[in-house]
Amino acid sequence: MKPHRRKKLGIILFIAAGLSVAVGFTAFALKQNINMFYTPTQVAEGEVGAGQHFRIGGMVKTGTVLGATDSLKVKFVTTDFVSDVPIQYEGILPDLFREGQGIVAEGEMDAAGVFQASRVLAKHDENFMSPEVKAALDAAGASTDNYMPGGAN
Amino acid sequence: MIPEVGAFSLILALCLSMMLATLPIIGAYQNNFLWMSMARPLSAGVFVFLAISIAILAYAFVTDDFSVQFVAQHSNSLLPDRYKFTAVWGGHEGSFLLWTFMLAGWMLAVAIFSKSMPLEFVARVLGVLGFLITGYILFMLATSNPFDRIVPLPPIDGADLNSALQDFGFIIHPPTLYMGYVGFSVVFAFAMAALLSGKMDAAWARWCRPWANTAWAILTLGIALGSWWAYYELGWGGWWAWDPVENPPLITWLFGTALIHSLAATEKRGVFKAWTVLLAILAFAGSLLGTFITRSGLLTSVHAFASDPDRGFFILAILGITVGGALLLFAFRAPLMKSEFGFDLVSREILLLSNNVILVVAAASVFLGTLFPMVYQAITDDLISIGPPYFNAIFIPLMALLALLLSIGPYTRWKRTSTTYLMQQLGKIALAALTLGVVLPLLVTRQISLPATMAVAIGSWIMLAMLQDLMNKTANKATRLKGLRALSFSYYGMQMAHMGMAIMLIGVALTSSFSSERSVLLSPGQDVGLGNYVFQFEGTASVNGPNYVGEQATFTVLEQGQEIAILHPERRIYLATNTPSTEMAIDAGFLRDLFITLGEQKEGDSWSMTIYVKPFVRWIWLGAIFMTFGGILAAADKRYRRLRRKQTESNRDSEKSNPIGGELQAGS
Repeated sequence: MKPHRRKKLGIILFIAAGLSVAVGFTAFALKQNINMFYTPTQVAEGEVGAGQHFRIGGMVKTGTVLGATDSLKVKFVTTDFVSDVPIQYEGILPDLFREGQGIVAEGEMDAAGVFQASRVLAKHDENFMSPEVKAALDAAGASTDNYMPGGAN
Repeated sequence: MIPEVGAFSLILALCLSMMLATLPIIGAYQNNFLWMSMARPLSAGVFVFLAISIAILAYAFVTDDFSVQFVAQHSNSLLPDRYKFTAVWGGHEGSFLLWTFMLAGWMLAVAIFSKSMPLEFVARVLGVLGFLITGYILFMLATSNPFDRIVPLPPIDGADLNSALQDFGFIIHPPTLYMGYVGFSVVFAFAMAALLSGKMDAAWARWCRPWANTAWAILTLGIALGSWWAYYELGWGGWWAWDPVENPPLITWLFGTALIHSLAATEKRGVFKAWTVLLAILAFAGSLLGTFITRSGLLTSVHAFASDPDRGFFILAILGITVGGALLLFAFRAPLMKSEFGFDLVSREILLLSNNVILVVAAASVFLGTLFPMVYQAITDDLISIGPPYFNAIFIPLMALLALLLSIGPYTRWKRTSTTYLMQQLGKIALAALTLGVVLPLLVTRQISLPATMAVAIGSWIMLAMLQDLMNKTANKATRLKGLRALSFSYYGMQMAHMGMAIMLIGVALTSSFSSERSVLLSPGQDVGLGNYVFQFEGTASVNGPNYVGEQATFTVLEQGQEIAILHPERRIYLATNTPSTEMAIDAGFLRDLFITLGEQKEGDSWSMTIYVKPFVRWIWLGAIFMTFGGILAAADKRYRRLRRKQTESNRDSEKSNPIGGELQAGS
C-alpha cells in the first residue's frame, strides 16, 4: 500500500470508529428516552406497565377542574369520551388550559390510579389540535369536529 | 381590487422565475451569451414583483381589509399598527410569502455582488435559485394563496393575531431566521452550479465563502432571537426546548457550521471537495425540512401552523425533487472531485475534519430524535415522543469535545504541525485553564461543583488560547498595534466567533446547573425567598391595553435587605379571541436574571406564581451575538473585495476581446 493510501485508510477507519461509537450512544440514549403515548381508554384497559413514564392526551372533562385553595395542586379528569383518567398536577397550568380543551400530560400512574403529571401541555393556537389528542379521540370514535373552535382548518 | 393585483403580481413573478430557471442554465450549456446575461435582470424582476405582492399584503393588513381571508384570520381592527404590519408573517400563507421574498432578496444580492465571478457561473447559480423559487411560488398559488378572498360575505372584524405573537420578538425573529435559513439556498445554488459546470476546483469555494459566512451569521442571530423571545414570552423559564420545530434550524446551523469550516479547507488546500458539496446540500435540506415540519403539522409543536396535508405533500415533493436531484447530480460528478491528500495526522486539515465529524454527528442525532417519533408512528401506529434528556445526553458531550478541539485548531498549520510545538504552546494554557476552573468557582460560591469547573475551564481554555495566539501573531511587528492592524478580518472573525462559542458554553453550563425556581401561592404583603433574593408581593391592579384587559402585579425584590428591583408581571385576556396570556416580568442582568410569571388568582387576593433566578442566562445570547459579528467580519474580509476588483477587470478584458464566449476562462 502506498503511504498516502495507508493514511487515507487510517483516517477513514478513525471516522468509522468514531461514528459507530456515536451511533451506539445515540441508540442507547434514544431507547432510554422514549415516552409512549396512551389514550385514556388504553390506560383504563391496563395497557400501561406499572411505574412507566408516559404521555396521556385527551380533553379536560367539563366541571372536573378542582384547584386547591392553599397550594398549587390541581386535579382534573381527562377523557376521550369513552374512558376517564384523573390527573393530579402541582404547578401553574399553561395559559390555554381550560375545560373542554385538549391537553397532553406527561408523568406516571400512582397506586391509587391517579395520573401524577410532571408536565401539562396545552396548545398555543386554539384552532390547532394536537395530533396526539386528535388521535386519542379518533381512536375512541368520538367526533372531533365539535371540539375545535373555528372548525378543522 | 388591490389584493387581486397582489395575486397577479405573484403570477408575473412565477412567469419570470420559470424563465430564470431555464434560459440562463441552457445558455450556460450552449455558451449563449445573451441567454446567460438574462439571469441578472430576470432575478431583479422576480424580486420586484414579489416585493409588490408582499407590500400589497401588508397594505391589506394595515387598511383592515377583512375580505382577504388571510387578513381576516390573523388581524383585528383593534390590533396595534405595528402588529398589523407584522401579522403578514403571522400565519402560514403570509410567512411563506415572506420566505419566498427573502429568497428573491438573496437572488438580487447575488445578481448585484457577483461581478467577480464568470457570467457562466452566475447564470447557473441564479438559474438554480430560479428553479427553487418557481417551486415556492407554485406552492403558494396552488395551496396557500395569501390573497384568497372570502366571498360573498366578508366578516366585519378579524379573528385577531395569536396573542403570543403580539410582541417585539415576533417583529424581528421570523424575518431574521428566514433570511438566514434561505441564505443556505444560495450556498446550495453555488454548489449546484459548480456540479453542473463540472469544474470542481477551489474557485467555487472561494466565491461561496462570503455568502456561506453571511447566511450562517444571520441564521445564528435568527435562532438566538427565537431562543430569547421564547425565554421571555412563553414563561417557562427555559431558552431551548428541543421542540421539533426548533430542531431543523439547529440541524441547518450545525451543517452550516461544518460547511463554513470545510469550505476553508477546500478553498485553501483543495481537500474535502466532495464532502463540502455534500454539506452544502445537507444544510439546504435541513432548511427545507424545517419548512416541511412547520407547515405539514405532522409533529406536535408550539410553532405548528394550522395544517393541511396537501401542503405537507407539496413541500415534500419540492424537498424530494431538489435534494434528490442534487444528490443524483452529486453521485454523477463525485468521481470528478479528486482531492489532494497531502497532510499528516496532526494538521489543520485533521482538526477541521474532526470539527466536521462532531458537528455532523450532532446534526444527525438531532435529526434522528426529531423524526424518530414520526417514523415510529408510521411503522407501529403508536405515538411516542422523545424527551429533552435524549438530546442533552448526546449534545453536551459532543459540544464539550468540540470546545476542547476548538482552541487547538488555530494553532495548527496546514499539512503538518509538530506535536511538540502544540504542547509547548498549549500546555501552559491547559494548566492555567484547569486551575482557573477549580479556583474561580471555589472563590465565588465557596463550594466545589463539577459543572461550574467544566464551564470555567473550557471557557478560559478557549479565551486564553485566543489571547496567546494574538500575542504570537503580533510578536514580530514593530508595535503590537501595528501587528493587530495587520491581521485580517477573517482572522478576527474566526476568533470572535470562537469566543462567542466560549461565552455561550459558559452561559449554558452555568444557567443549566444553577438556575432555581419556586412555584408559590402568595397574598399581598407576603414574601418568598429564593437564593439571595426576597420577592415581596405588593398587590395587583387592573390594566387595560388597546386589545386586552388584565391584572398587573407589583413585586419588590430585595437583596440583603436592599431594594434592587420592582417587577410588574401581568395576566392578560385578549378580547377578540378571549385567550388568556401571561406577561412575565424580568429584571435582566449580566450575571443573573430575576424572573416572575403570574399564574391565576385563587381564593381571596392570593395568586399562584413562579419565581426564577437564572444566573448567566444572558451569556447564551451574548455568545450568539459574538458569533454573528464574527461571521459578518469574516465575510467582509478585504481579500474577497480585492478578488472582485481584479476579477471584474479581467472579466472586462476578456469580454472586450471575445464578446460572445469570453467567460469560459475566467475561472480561477
